[in-house]
Parts: sequence; structure tokens; C-alpha cells
Amino acid sequence: MKYLDEYRDSSLARPLVEALKTSVTKPLRIMEVCGSHTMAIFRNGIRSILPRGMELISGPGCPVCVTSSAHMDAFISMADEPGVRLAIFGDLFRVPGSNGSLAEASSRGAKVNIVYSPMDGLEIARKNPDEHVVFLGVGFETTTPTIAATILAAKNQQITNFTVFSTQKTMLPPMRALLDDPNLKIDGLICPGHVSSIIGSSVWEPLADEYGLACVVGGFETADLLKSLILLARQVGEGRPRVENVYPRAVSPEGNLRARQMVEEIFEPADMEWRGLGILPGSGLKIRDKYCEFDAESRFDIRLQAVEEPKGCKCGEILKGICSPRECPLFDSRCTPANPIGPCMVSSEGTCAAYYKYGRE
Amino acid sequence: MSEKTILLDHGSGGLASQKLISDLFLKHLDNPILRSLEDSAILENQPGRLAFTTDSYVVDPIFFPGGDIGKLAVHGTINDLAMRGAKPLCLSLGLILEEGFSLNDLELIIVSISKACNEADVPVVTGDTKVVPRGKGDKIFINTSGIGFVATDISISSQHAKEGDKVILSGTMGDHGITIMTRQAGISVQGNLQSDTMPLHRLVEKLLKELPRDVHTLRDPTRGGVASTLNEIAENSGLCIELSDEALPVRPEVAAACELLGLEPLYLANEGKCLAIVSPEKAEQALEIMHGTPEGADAVIIGTLTATGSSRVIINTPVGGTRVVSPLHGEPLPRIC
Amino acid sequence: MCLAIPMRVTRVEGDPDDFTISQVATVDADGISKEVRLDIVDHWPNVGDYVIVHAGFAIHTLVEEEAKKNIALLKELADSMPQELLT
Repeated sequence: MKYLDEYRDSSLARPLVEALKTSVTKPLRIMEVCGSHTMAIFRNGIRSILPRGMELISGPGCPVCVTSSAHMDAFISMADEPGVRLAIFGDLFRVPGSNGSLAEASSRGAKVNIVYSPMDGLEIARKNPDEHVVFLGVGFETTTPTIAATILAAKNQQITNFTVFSTQKTMLPPMRALLDDPNLKIDGLICPGHVSSIIGSSVWEPLADEYGLACVVGGFETADLLKSLILLARQVGEGRPRVENVYPRAVSPEGNLRARQMVEEIFEPADMEWRGLGILPGSGLKIRDKYCEFDAESRFDIRLQAVEEPKGCKCGEILKGICSPRECPLFDSRCTPANPIGPCMVSSEGTCAAYYKYGRE
Repeated sequence: MSEKTILLDHGSGGLASQKLISDLFLKHLDNPILRSLEDSAILENQPGRLAFTTDSYVVDPIFFPGGDIGKLAVHGTINDLAMRGAKPLCLSLGLILEEGFSLNDLELIIVSISKACNEADVPVVTGDTKVVPRGKGDKIFINTSGIGFVATDISISSQHAKEGDKVILSGTMGDHGITIMTRQAGISVQGNLQSDTMPLHRLVEKLLKELPRDVHTLRDPTRGGVASTLNEIAENSGLCIELSDEALPVRPEVAAACELLGLEPLYLANEGKCLAIVSPEKAEQALEIMHGTPEGADAVIIGTLTATGSSRVIINTPVGGTRVVSPLHGEPLPRIC
Repeated sequence: MCLAIPMRVTRVEGDPDDFTISQVATVDADGISKEVRLDIVDHWPNVGDYVIVHAGFAIHTLVEEEAKKNIALLKELADSMPQELLT
């Protein structure tokens, strides 16, 4: 595929691996915050060729993994409501709440459709006027505008049996929370590529300025990832942290204003619970009152129940990058992709699932 | 006039059942053994070692580009026989129909079964039909069992894979799996995606005729894909299977659909491909034999069995690194994250 | 966290300033095609342009020049490695 294959070429990758080796001049810890980066790094076998001194840890950028158990439980009880059909991204299907998953709810007779786009959820609502379709909104800045546009389309098409349960989140608050945590020591950050397509590469500048963090906005192909690591190593080596963008084909400094306006129209900031990080003020997005007819939470009067996280599960620390999956006592023993206990094992881009799938010793 | 549908009566064993048998099944699947309509088929004067297998088919949608549930049910069971080096002899056909299922669609499926059987030269010799009340099934479920014969000098098993053996894949990965997935509501993708369903017994026959001792293992990577099947071979042989990322064959349109939906071709089902584990000395010859068949025209050597670490599958990546390939856990689902 | 891939625009429908009519494009890549929404794309694409597609929406129209510069810089970095290190 054009704009993908040329960045995967091994004739480009091999010299970049060598360049990476010469670029690491002092020990450094890099966090890849985005789950798709975690996956791409494993799929390319990049961890196995990392130069001595460079350590990669995974951050809280898998939207499914940071969805709280309380939200999962609310999703599942929503699925059990008579007359309700859920439209979900496939990523959510097997995520465990405190009492089973949507896959299990589906086996009990709940109606759950896996869709590729929120618009597909709206289409299901249009075709099934006797049912109420709830789209489960899970994701970060990249996905939020797609949901905002879908809500606007529902309004324009006067579809009244469609709502969204929003647990949309924004990336800067958790990054600040992590950087404020004295337990977490990181020198550099691979900033999420497609989130940056929307919010722009310049939003990461405060992290470089205030925390002295080396920041590179990276793409997802082999050469993109290697170049991101090379530049991070050089920034750390030179002691000159700043924001560099190696994904200019998808990311501009200012981002996508049109998408942001759409989000602004439909959503407003709200406090949001993150698995492993707790409630972070202003880190979520709720549907504005003006569009409350499309807000599942207000239409169904949903109340979140406090839930205790499963005992022994270290997903919280893993999401913070403080603990590696291999340090979790449940990893690869009681917790496997076939029988996941924590969300990091369920989502295919979760850190534990990626370690299990690609990185087992 | 409304379309004719399956009634509970069609499964009653009474006149309606008999009519279905004579008007549909015998019409399209006729042969002397089936025609006798006895309680079981008797296969006279058969020497040698029997291979016996069974499989059930519940695919949704039942018609898809490149095939349908009937064709799949014939090819799937023929391939299961072929993967043990057996020459398929005959099949059984068990149908579970949902009340209200379109008779027209049923006929299309039976015609497709007939065509697949004729092309493969493997007849249906016994069968059964049941009808379940509306809502208790999903249109049509098919079970086929198959019997085949294995020549005395042939012994194909995943336990026979040896260190140094080469892994040959008879063609591209994921064609069937991605075709089915992109037909599901909410995930539609248009394009030249087509199921690869096809019988492999002729390819296997040619391979074993030339190389009866050097083909150690044959497996068809259906559900769970190449990744899961290779993991089973690694487990059974106690060896490590090392693959080369760049050698893995995937059609560009399948690769593109996988990129779009966040899927890996290694985990998608194939219905007309086999993995052959062949001694290193004869691997090139095996590849040539495959290339001489329509089924194996795109065959490639994708890896080697080694003793470095045991019972696992690894891929050498273009950056010079490695990654482990786990078996599939649960149905592959499209993802956006 | 957000899977998105570049695809080529083969058809554009709608008006960038009118959200009351559908804003859609057909995009293709290597023999597959898909209809995507243009409601949130940053720059309205023309037929032949590439857009980055996420969850059924085009989120960004690629600028050919940026992409060319992007790959040229990567090649430059790769070429800067002395050959003897690569053998």
C-alpha cells in the first residue's frame, strides 16, 4: 500500500537500526504512550534489537485498557436492558467487568453488534426503528470527532433511537499525572501519531518545556518507529528536549481544526475515571446538554457503581509504566488472552496482550 | 406467490421428507450407493488403511464470494482426509435446516455440493436431514464426514516434523477469513476479496507420489490461521518454527483489508491451503510439484524447523529482530484502536 | 491507540461547508474500497488525493510534498550510515 510499504522496506530499516545503535550515548527510558505503537514495536521485533541502555515502556494509550471496571459494568448492564442493542468497536467485546464481559452478555441473549465505524451504529439504528441502539464511545482524540460527527448526523437525519455512552478521554491529563508521579522515571516520549493528527504536534511542547521530556511524534511503520527512537536518543544525548515530528505526512503543528470544532460543538470536558490512574479532572468528554437526547447516560439514568479491581492484577501499575507485565504475578499464569483478568490482557493492543502475543520468552 | 420455504414437515421422515430426498438430494447427488436409500452405505471390497473424519459447517453468510456453505462442507472434509495422506473415497451429508429456510437457497446449496463432489470425484453416499423450529437454528447447518484410504507406505503426522525441515505454504493467507468477515453487517469492505475454498487431495496425491518419505507433515490452516496451525505443529514436534516475515504470502487486497480492520493475515482462516513440512533436501522439489498444480501455484517456503528453543513459532522481522507468534485466542475481531 | 491508514480518494460527494448533506468519499487501496465520511477531514480532498482513514472517517488529507520530504529524510538518515556497519 502506498504510504505504508515504503516505510516498511528492510533496506531502509536495517541502516536505521545501525543509526539507532550509534545514537544511544547514555541510558534512557522511553515511553510509547499509544497502544498501536506498542503493537507495532512488537510486530516489528524492535524490542529484540534495542541497543543496550535503551529501555521501552508502555503507557496508558490503549483506550480499552484504561476504561474503568465501573464503566464496563455499566456497559454490560446497558446490554441487558430490554429493547437495547449495543454497537461497539471489536476491541471492547471481551473486556472483563467485575461480572463478565460483553461477549458473555451476548451469549445470554443481549444484542451486541461489532461495527467498524460509529456511523455503522447509526445505520443499524436507522434500519431497526423498534430498537434503541447505544454506541459505546471509547477512545481518545482521534476517535472523538468521529463520534461527534455521528451525533450530528443523527440529529440531521432525525434519528431518535440512537444514543452514545461516552467515555471519551483526552491524553494530556494522564501524561501530566504520570510525569508528576515520582515513581515513574522517563526521559522521552513517543507521542501518539493519530491523536496528534487531530490535536497537533505543538500540544506536546509543555511536556518538553515543563518536564524536560524529549518528545517525538511518531508514525506506525518500521522506519517511523526507528527514526522516533533515534531522535529521542539524540535529544537525550544532547540534553536538549523538545518536540520533533517524524510523522509530518499525517501530523501538522496545529492539527485538525475542523475535527476539533466538531468535538467542541458536541462535547464538554468532564472528570473521568481511568483504570489504574483513578479520576483525573477534566480528562473526559461528556455530551453537552444541547445534545442530551443523544446521551445514553442521561436517557437511561445510568449510575456508575464503584468496583474493586481484581486482586493481584497490576494493570494499574502497568498502565503507568511503573511495572512490566512480566513483573505481574498473574501474567501468563492465571491471566492469559484466553482467560484475561485485567484489561491490558484483553485488548489486542494492551501491553500485557502484546507481551504475551509477541514477547513471551 | 411467496417463496417456498422449509417446513417442519420436511424433517418428519414422512412424505414431505421423501419428496425432499427424491426431488432435491437424489436429483443432484445421485449415485448407486446413495440411491439405495438404506440406513447405511456399504462400501464393498475395500483394502488397506481407512482414514475417517468429520466436520460441521455453520458459516454466516451462507453464500459468499468464491463459494457457499455447501462447497465449503465438501472441500473441508476432503482436505481433512488429504492432510493425513488419504485418498478421499466418499462423504456423508447431514443437514440441519431451520424451519422457514428458503427452498430455493437449499437447492442452490445442494447444486453447489453436487458440483464440488463431481469436480473432486468424491461422492456423497449417505445423508440425513433434520428440521428445527424457526429460531432454533440459523438457516442451515451442514455436517460432512469422509472416508479415505491411506497407502501402506504413507505416514503423515505433525509428530513426524524434524529439525531442519522446511515449511511450505501452498498459497496466500487469509483469503477466506477476510472475505467472510468483510461481509458481516457493520464491517463491509468492497473489493476483490474471495474465499479460497478448494479441494487439496490432488495436490497431496502428486506430492506423495513423488515424495512419499520426504513429506513429513500436512495440515490445512483453517480456523485460527497459519499461526495457530504452526503452533500445533511446533507443540507436537517439540521444535521451534522460524518464519521469515517477508516470505509470508498475502494478496495485496487481503493485506489492505487487514490493515483497515486491524487484523493479521496469520490468524485468518484458509479453506484451500495446506502447510507441508518437508525434508530440506526435497523442499525445492516439493515446491516445484506444487507450482505445477493449480492449487499450489503460489506456494512458497515460509520457514524452517529448528531446535532453538522448543515448541514455539517465531518470526524474523525485516529489522533483523524476532517476535513470537502465539496461537489465536478467540475469534479475530476488527479493531479501531 | 488509533488505527488509521492512508487510502486514495476515487470519488467525493458533498460540500465542505454544508453539514446537512452527506459528505462522503469512496477510497481505495490495493483492490479494496470503502465509503468514508468527510465530516471531520482537515482539508477537503480531491479525487486522487490520499486521506488517512480512522473508524470510517477521513481525518487528514495527505500533502504529497510532505510525504515525499518525509521519506526523503528517512532515506537520508539511512544513507548516512557508513556501509561497513551494515554488512
